[in-house]
Amino acid sequence: MECMIAKPSKGSAGKTGLWRTFKPIYDENKCNNCLLCWLYCPENAIDVVDGKISIDYDYCKGCGVCAKICAKKAIEMVREEEL
Amino acid sequence: MKKVLTGNYAVAEAVKMARTEFIAAYPITPQTTIVERLAEMVEKGELNADFVRVESEHSALAAVYGASAGGLRAFTATSSHGLLYMYEMCWWVANSRLPVVMALVTRTIGPPWNIHTDHTDLLTLRDSGWILAMSENAQEAFDLTLIGFKVAEQIDLPFAVGLDGFQVSHTAEVVDIPEQSEIDEFLPERRRDKPFVIEPRNPITVGGLTTNECAMILRQEMDRDMEKVGDLVRNAGYVRDYDLVERYRLDDAEYVVVMMGAWCGDAKDAIDVLRDEGVQIGMLRLRFVRPFPAEEIAKLDCKKILVVERDCSIGKGGIIATEVKSVANSPVQSVMAGLGGVDVGVDDFVSMFRRFVKGELGEWWL
Amino acid sequence: MVVVKIKDLPKEKFLLPGNTSCQGCPHALGLKSLGMALGDDVVLVVPAGCTTIIAGSKDKSSFKFPCLHVPFASAPAVATGLGSAFRRLGKRGIPVVWMGDGGSDIGFATLSGACVRKDDMIVIVSDNEAYMNTGIQTSGTTFWKAKTTTSPTGKREEKKDLALIMLMHKADYVATASVGYLQDFIGKLRKASEIDGFRFIHLHSPCPPGWGFDSSETVEMARLAVKCGAWILWEFDGKFKISSISKPYADKSKRTPLAEYLKKQRRFRHLSDEDIAEIERRIDEQWRVVLALEEVF
Repeated sequence: MECMIAKPSKGSAGKTGLWRTFKPIYDENKCNNCLLCWLYCPENAIDVVDGKISIDYDYCKGCGVCAKICAKKAIEMVREEEL
Repeated sequence: MKKVLTGNYAVAEAVKMARTEFIAAYPITPQTTIVERLAEMVEKGELNADFVRVESEHSALAAVYGASAGGLRAFTATSSHGLLYMYEMCWWVANSRLPVVMALVTRTIGPPWNIHTDHTDLLTLRDSGWILAMSENAQEAFDLTLIGFKVAEQIDLPFAVGLDGFQVSHTAEVVDIPEQSEIDEFLPERRRDKPFVIEPRNPITVGGLTTNECAMILRQEMDRDMEKVGDLVRNAGYVRDYDLVERYRLDDAEYVVVMMGAWCGDAKDAIDVLRDEGVQIGMLRLRFVRPFPAEEIAKLDCKKILVVERDCSIGKGGIIATEVKSVANSPVQSVMAGLGGVDVGVDDFVSMFRRFVKGELGEWWL
Repeated sequence: MVVVKIKDLPKEKFLLPGNTSCQGCPHALGLKSLGMALGDDVVLVVPAGCTTIIAGSKDKSSFKFPCLHVPFASAPAVATGLGSAFRRLGKRGIPVVWMGDGGSDIGFATLSGACVRKDDMIVIVSDNEAYMNTGIQTSGTTFWKAKTTTSPTGKREEKKDLALIMLMHKADYVATASVGYLQDFIGKLRKASEIDGFRFIHLHSPCPPGWGFDSSETVEMARLAVKCGAWILWEFDGKFKISSISKPYADKSKRTPLAEYLKKQRRFRHLSDEDIAEIERRIDEQWRVVLALEEVF
């Protein structure tokens, strides 16, 4: 029976950051701290640390929703191999 | 205290005395009077349970599943097509190891529509992980329901109590009812954290994707635990002793009849007739199909065994006979009779058993 | 409706990162919002669907909620049983059924039964308009003319309007919501949690692989559906109200041209101008119904 019970754990699918083709690069200078990227990150891979956002690249799948929703263009999607 | 009760009312009485906390069921003949009576008990305040009028049998067992996963003592009842409609949930409940109790009032599966008893519906649960009991009369239906809660909660497997449609379900008999205090001592409140409990702020996930090995280990554990049920039944500590089988005039029997259900009463009368004629014949009555009483059958030391059953696995024949053959140390003959509720009375059994003894009995009795 | 401010939302995560959801998954957006809205009061009941997979595997759960996996058609009935257990055992919590449009198709009778009984639960149908987990097959809520793997030339039937059906079922609370407007969804969840009985939210969930658009456009697509009037946000809490986000689009001239929404999706790429005109006509008809309901309901 124990094997049928699971407990909360980050990375239930492993380090999903490996799925990424495009990486969100955050420019703090352009950011107005509206937190829309935090709210709309489907992966829940954006944290708010001291009022600023921080992207958890271990798990960010690079979907690009954050870059799209940012009115200030403070997040840019850059192809991984160009980094 | 002795009361005159139909089999269905006896089951309802047992469910009440078990202090069942959650009941969900959908009406189907001949089960309906169980839940009607329970609904009445709840409305009158005789039973402090939630009674949910669900829209289907699938939902009946789904609701019972939720309640049981949440820690409640839960019950449902059905028959035939109702069982088939809830079949998916039967497996879900078993694999989740939840100690649900269900009364199964046996009824032929259609078409053609037929409300009378045979045992095919009960036997569809054979491989699922449910403990399967089959009562002979209202007293047993009552007793096995209470033993069902106790054993199910000890071993974390669901328990189905079979009773023949109309022959037991709607036949009024004298039933000896223990005192509530005796039942309370026998059956304490359910341990709510076993095998797991779904509750707020306890973030476990149950039943999701996991390894293939987990699915296999689960079935292995269920099979091993099912083997312990015989001892749990024998040592249940109920007001009457019970075993997986009943032995009737077996001690010196050269011929042994293996059967289950209500018609065993008539078959026992037929055995008495043959005994009066000097034929050494007796009966091993299966009170449980799962766990299968393999040891009891293997121990039979006789000239031959006759399995009489109201079911057929199309393409293989009698289901019980197939199982008996796999463990018996004496030759086994199979006869399928009484399917669709076809009446088989004392005279039929006398004639059947005489032919069996003479070696003149065919595979179908019709 | 109380305005939900982003900065006031809790930071605790109930959907944990690193799960198996696809890039840009709308269910993930919905599930994280559920955590923000109701926190640890939630006990999830999940029938077969994408969320079965998202929930994790082996000993790792993606949720900080308790979660019970259940057969496809059973979820609201299981929630009925759980709700009874919580009430009888004095535990504060809400059974929340989270299912897709598949669960609400196959389990429609179950949904109906729980609603009729007014059993204590919140049911959320996260509607991505097809059976996505099995590979994009047509569902009852697939949009008219949308291509799926079982309707390769486009669906011939209308989208089933689940929320209006549940409204007519006398649910205690009914709302439509969208993953394009999470604050609105969170507000509606909180409102639902304050009402007793059977509560239903139909969440519009555009699916990048299923609909054929880029994973970055999930939110944009959900918003376009609202802005072109194809998905109308409303709420019934005793009174039927079109939500403030959708309100302007009652005026047809304020709506984004429908083609902008449809042409961005692979499933609609085959549509003719006549098809688009017909969809527009149907959207107008839907608005007529919803505006009338606001008058009378």
